[in-house]
Amino acid sequence: MTVTFRALLGASVAFTLTGAALAETTITVATVNNGDMIRMQGLMDDFYAKHPDIKVEWVTLEENVLRQNVTTDIATGGGQYDVLTIGTYEVPIWGKQGWLASLNDLPADYDVDDLLPAIRGGLTVDGTLYASPFYGESSMVMYRTDLMQAAGMEMPEAPTWADIETAAAAMHNPDAGVYGVCLRGKAGWGENTAFITAMSNSFGARWFDENWVPQFDQPEWKATLDFYLNLMNSYGPPGASNNGFNENLTLFNQGKCGMWIDATVAASFVTGKDSTVADSVGFALAPDNGLGKRGNWLWAWSLAIPASSQKQDAAKAFINWATNKDYLALVAEKEGWANVPPGTRTSLYANEDYAKVPFAKMTIDSINTADPNNPSVKPVPYVGVQFVAIPEFQGMGTTVGEIFSAALAGQKTADQALAEAQAAVTEEMKASGYIE
Amino acid sequence: MARAASPRRKLITTLAAWTVALIIFFPVLWMILTSFKTEASAVAMPPQFLSADWTLENYVEVWGRSAYPRFFWNSVVIAVGSTLLGLVIAIPAAWAMAFVPGKRTKDLLMWMLSTKMMPAVAVMIPIYLLFLRFGLLDTRIGLVLVLMLMNLPIIIWMLYTYFKEIPAEILEAARMDGASLWNEILYVLTPMAVPGIASTMLLNIILAWNEAFWTITLTTTRAAPLSAFIASFSAPQGLFYAKLSAASAMAILPILILGWFSQKQLVRGLTFGAVK
Repeated sequence: MTVTFRALLGASVAFTLTGAALAETTITVATVNNGDMIRMQGLMDDFYAKHPDIKVEWVTLEENVLRQNVTTDIATGGGQYDVLTIGTYEVPIWGKQGWLASLNDLPADYDVDDLLPAIRGGLTVDGTLYASPFYGESSMVMYRTDLMQAAGMEMPEAPTWADIETAAAAMHNPDAGVYGVCLRGKAGWGENTAFITAMSNSFGARWFDENWVPQFDQPEWKATLDFYLNLMNSYGPPGASNNGFNENLTLFNQGKCGMWIDATVAASFVTGKDSTVADSVGFALAPDNGLGKRGNWLWAWSLAIPASSQKQDAAKAFINWATNKDYLALVAEKEGWANVPPGTRTSLYANEDYAKVPFAKMTIDSINTADPNNPSVKPVPYVGVQFVAIPEFQGMGTTVGEIFSAALAGQKTADQALAEAQAAVTEEMKASGYIE
Repeated sequence: MARAASPRRKLITTLAAWTVALIIFFPVLWMILTSFKTEASAVAMPPQFLSADWTLENYVEVWGRSAYPRFFWNSVVIAVGSTLLGLVIAIPAAWAMAFVPGKRTKDLLMWMLSTKMMPAVAVMIPIYLLFLRFGLLDTRIGLVLVLMLMNLPIIIWMLYTYFKEIPAEILEAARMDGASLWNEILYVLTPMAVPGIASTMLLNIILAWNEAFWTITLTTTRAAPLSAFIASFSAPQGLFYAKLSAASAMAILPILILGWFSQKQLVRGLTFGAVK
């Protein structure tokens, strides 16, 4: 073997080994379009500095399209995505089906014990953490302090539904274009069904009893729907059956709602640059009825790894970076504390700087009062506050949402709506084998 | 002999045509206007026009947040590629059906058209599994194939209609002169059908450009076209209409320009054979 040949061989081996060491792993992250996710995409230089061997490609899709694409991919073992953005509804279902990789082995600096217990509980199945929360939310009352003051009223920090009705009546002034209260009416399992289900918990209602028998024929549901319809028909904006989160956000920002009960994440919007009432917004806990449960929900957009991903180590490195305490500090440093993704970590709410953010306390108080394992006054066989974590719920939730939305539009009475909901849900539960 | 239309009738017809055209175009116009408004102005009630806050910020943000050129190039490759491949298959097929029809040609044509009535979602999982098996997920060639198959019935139908208008005697004459089948199609039939082929091509490019179901379902990053680009600007929480409008305007602009300059061929393509 000549010296030249040996040199060439050595160089080739060295080149191959170096190439392997520098090989870049590209992971695909499927996500929804929201402010926190977009902010993260702008902070990726920090991730690349820490992980120069990992490249991240983003697929941003509309929420329902994302759900459909990701479900198809996971069910067929496609492996197109390495990190998914999924909600609290999917995690227990997909975790049980073995579709998600365990995150129990994230590094120590991830500090799993720092996660808010309520949020962590919703993302854990049989002791296995299947998703890491990126931001968490509950729901609360957002109200106009100026209108309340003009009416000579003060909003309690923890109001009852009766307080809400009184305040709505006091602020309702349709001639001036102000409506007492804006609530979700648009049909959809993530729209009006989410709101009314969370509300029903505070009235003692539940979707199913311990034997999975639908409960829409019970007096608690009648009380819930009667109150909701009366409140909205008396003090709500016209066309409320078409209003979802974004429509109500628009109305509130334009000064047309005295109150709005919705996601805590809305607090940053109603106090932001697009709001005409940013300086006169107050916050209170979601209402109760004195039964020990409030009408607030619990949701978290979380990052998870599909079991079909071939790049799980790189995906875990990304999730650890994106949902770590250090990331919250990075956002605070670059964008300010008000822009830090809320509702995931205990340490954030112990931070004095974050405590100065106007909606921080109300957000954590709201999250802490929601219990996905015991959402209502009576025991339930399911997990979930504003949803029921079973695969059939998406379809049933949307059907019930359509029925309730029609009732709000005046197309049917509360009794008719509840009877239809009971029939539809019973049929589906029979077809799915939960009941005979 | 055709009767000359009276000036009054002309005026009424013109006004009616403009009214209908404006009604049809209004959503696109409103979308373009919205793309220049602030998010707050875009959702204001009553809708704002003259009093709106105008801005170019949406375009700056949309451009900055997404790799528009990559999405655009994917759309071009997929739309043009699927159309050209479709023509290569459809021209001989339409020739056969127009000039040497069999007993079941009409049935075959109807069957092909009936496949367009099948909801795409019904075959989503089988197609997805096939793509997965053959490594076609998130590839441009995969989308070229699926969009070609999706539009093939329309291409064949349009070409069939054109070819039926061409006298068979001309092709017979070519055959008498010794032209092979290939030469007959390539050098006699195709040049005579150029206007028809052009309008078929344009219509199918537009259909493929606007397709959203398969292009979003079967792609993630590398092959995602402008339909996926638009979908990325819809937000579950927060105002997004102005930015979504800007993204949509950027996505439809190329096809709008193409449609504008080729409207004569398009109209001819859509109305050919309608009045005889």
